[in-house]
Amino acid sequence: MSTTTTNGSRPKPHTQHTVVAIVEDKPGVLMRVSSLFRRRGFNIDSLTVGRSEMEGLSRITIVVDGESAPVEQVEKQLYKLIDVVKVSDLSNEDIVARELAIIKVRANNMNRHELLDIANVFRADVIDIATNSIMLQVVGDEDKIDGLIKMCEPYGIRELSRTGRIAMVRGTKTTTVHDPEPEKIARIHASQGRRVEGELPFSSD
Amino acid sequence: MARMTGAQMVLESLQREGVDTMFGYPGGVVLPLYDTLPQFPGMRHILCRHEQGAAHMADGYARASGRMGLCLGTSGPGATNLVTGICTSWMDSTPVFALTGNVTRSLLGKDGFQEADITGITQPITKHNYLVMNAREIPLTIREAAHIATTGRPGPVLVDIPKDVFQETDEFEWPEQVSLRGYKPNVEGHAGMIRRAAELIDQAERPIIISGHGVIWAEASKELLELSEKAQIPVITTFLGIGGFPESHELSYGWLGMHGMFYANMAADKADVVIGIGMRFDDRAMGRFKDFNPTAKIVHIDIDPAEIGKNFPTAVPIVGSAKNVIPRLTELVKQQTRPNWISWIDNQRELHPSLHIRESRRMLPQYVVRSIYEETQGNANIVTGVGQHQMWAGQHYFYNRPRQLITSGGLGTMGFELPAAIGAQVALPDMETWAICGDGSFQMTLQEMSVLVDEQLPVKMAIFNNGYLGMIRQWQELFYDKNYSSSGISQPDFCKLADAYGIKAIRVETKAEVPLAIREARAHKGPILLDFQIDQEENVWPMVPAGASLAETIEAPAHELAR
Repeated sequence: MSTTTTNGSRPKPHTQHTVVAIVEDKPGVLMRVSSLFRRRGFNIDSLTVGRSEMEGLSRITIVVDGESAPVEQVEKQLYKLIDVVKVSDLSNEDIVARELAIIKVRANNMNRHELLDIANVFRADVIDIATNSIMLQVVGDEDKIDGLIKMCEPYGIRELSRTGRIAMVRGTKTTTVHDPEPEKIARIHASQGRRVEGELPFSSD
Repeated sequence: MARMTGAQMVLESLQREGVDTMFGYPGGVVLPLYDTLPQFPGMRHILCRHEQGAAHMADGYARASGRMGLCLGTSGPGATNLVTGICTSWMDSTPVFALTGNVTRSLLGKDGFQEADITGITQPITKHNYLVMNAREIPLTIREAAHIATTGRPGPVLVDIPKDVFQETDEFEWPEQVSLRGYKPNVEGHAGMIRRAAELIDQAERPIIISGHGVIWAEASKELLELSEKAQIPVITTFLGIGGFPESHELSYGWLGMHGMFYANMAADKADVVIGIGMRFDDRAMGRFKDFNPTAKIVHIDIDPAEIGKNFPTAVPIVGSAKNVIPRLTELVKQQTRPNWISWIDNQRELHPSLHIRESRRMLPQYVVRSIYEETQGNANIVTGVGQHQMWAGQHYFYNRPRQLITSGGLGTMGFELPAAIGAQVALPDMETWAICGDGSFQMTLQEMSVLVDEQLPVKMAIFNNGYLGMIRQWQELFYDKNYSSSGISQPDFCKLADAYGIKAIRVETKAEVPLAIREARAHKGPILLDFQIDQEENVWPMVPAGASLAETIEAPAHELAR
């Protein structure tokens, strides 16, 4: 997906669009979505999937590079996928966007306190501590996480893992779906969608 | 509710969806289905000789009849052989249901014998696809898949069923309705937008309608005729839209694009309002996007919202079915005449009569097509392959009803003609069906001649034999300095070949024999092959060179007209 520099921060944003898609929680959905982006030459900066507040539906948050992808086409092409129930473009909305990162930093008795001070400034949590390392967890927007990473670099980053962006519109507006399907079909859909992990035929999702 | 095996459920569900014909080829994992087939005497199975043939047959069946076509292949190579045919349907938006078997569930993902991830492979070229993991899900899956294939913008679907799911027994539960949260095609069209379109058309001095495949699939030909007549808007079609508007009508100006009529291209280029209906402003139709008629305002009516604004900015977008939108537009537009505009196009047509066939002693391919047109009184269904013969068949036969020309436009699949003609003939057994074949194109799927014999189908095969991959040769002549690299193609003696299959054949070597051979073919009850030894180096004109704009349409150069 996106190219990541060694410090984990992305090349600075051009125009980015945040798009939220509500999708059926079925095998292969993620493959369909990502394949569509590849096929149309739309570059994904980040993609995050998880269960939603609705039974049988997942929420995908996609950050697309606006240079490569006219956001209207992204929306329309996504909507063409049968498993995509709703698409919302949050680009012009007042949103709260968050990412999470876990950083394992080299640390010793000499500098551990400095690191804790830095973590404090960024309101990062210490989630593990060992003789020669410390693990920080930080939540925030992209800039904040980039900032913490930069501050940790001089100490030596052993490992870095960060999620993509999730976002929500401020106020009462939502991206939820108010369209329950008939009970009988919902039941069969549910049986199609929810398979025990080990039974999944392909690793694509 | 009854207990059934998965195989029984498949056939029962397909029958309930109105499928009575399947084009297929057996194999290990679909044996349970084939074993069950005799229990369903209403289901006709036609055995192809290669699964690509089955997919094109299902496609030809769909295009000729408007109904969903069904093709069936086994796992692995059976499934992958369907891919070219599925993609052909995908690019031209035709409702084809591909059914494949797969290895038993426990072997999925283990790279067992003849396993292919066909849902993964066909994901970008189907409207939707399914892997069915329980027999109980078969009825709903088939219902949903058929619904998706045939509604909205039609398209192919694929349902993949592991062998042991065919064998599993469970309750057959037929869903009364299909409800897909993520699929609700908008067919109505926005009233405000339709009003704006009507205003634009009323104010237009030089409006033109470009009618596409969507008009045919929406069965909106009559509606289009009424709109065109009321507001006196000239109509040109896309290549796939041929037949959506009668070519004998006074407001018909042929079709546009790379080998479209000169005057059609000029009309599209000089119009002030372009009304695209059920078409997608494809590059072969519109020429270089950047320079297509930059001042025209575009009204785009299409059922697929993603097509609107994809290639051109649209002044008035209308998402909806042509069937619903056109009559509402017709109601709103003012009745008027446009004598200046229409006489301008007429004048273009007089000065540049793209469809004039010159006098020549040679057997010109255009003349062969025109002779077929005349001998059949314009009533036959024409199915083509891809290449020069396809363009001549589009140009020199005149089509007055929808579904009369069946051709692979978007994907440009050589080898389409014979299997698609078989499908068309199966769908419409009483319709005279001609397969216009290229000598190269025909060789890609000629094994399907066996099906003509098995099923006693009276398809007339007309091979346009010039010993070249003609369109390739034409491009090499015009753009690659006559470097005829790998475009000369040898071929078997097609007549002997047909004879070997038990099919009558005639070699046609001179111009004088052409009408006689066609008459003989029409009089013959069964399938027949005509091997027309056409002029070898004839080119297709007019032409918009790749990357040029419609305004740069070239006509046949003088030295060629003298040949």
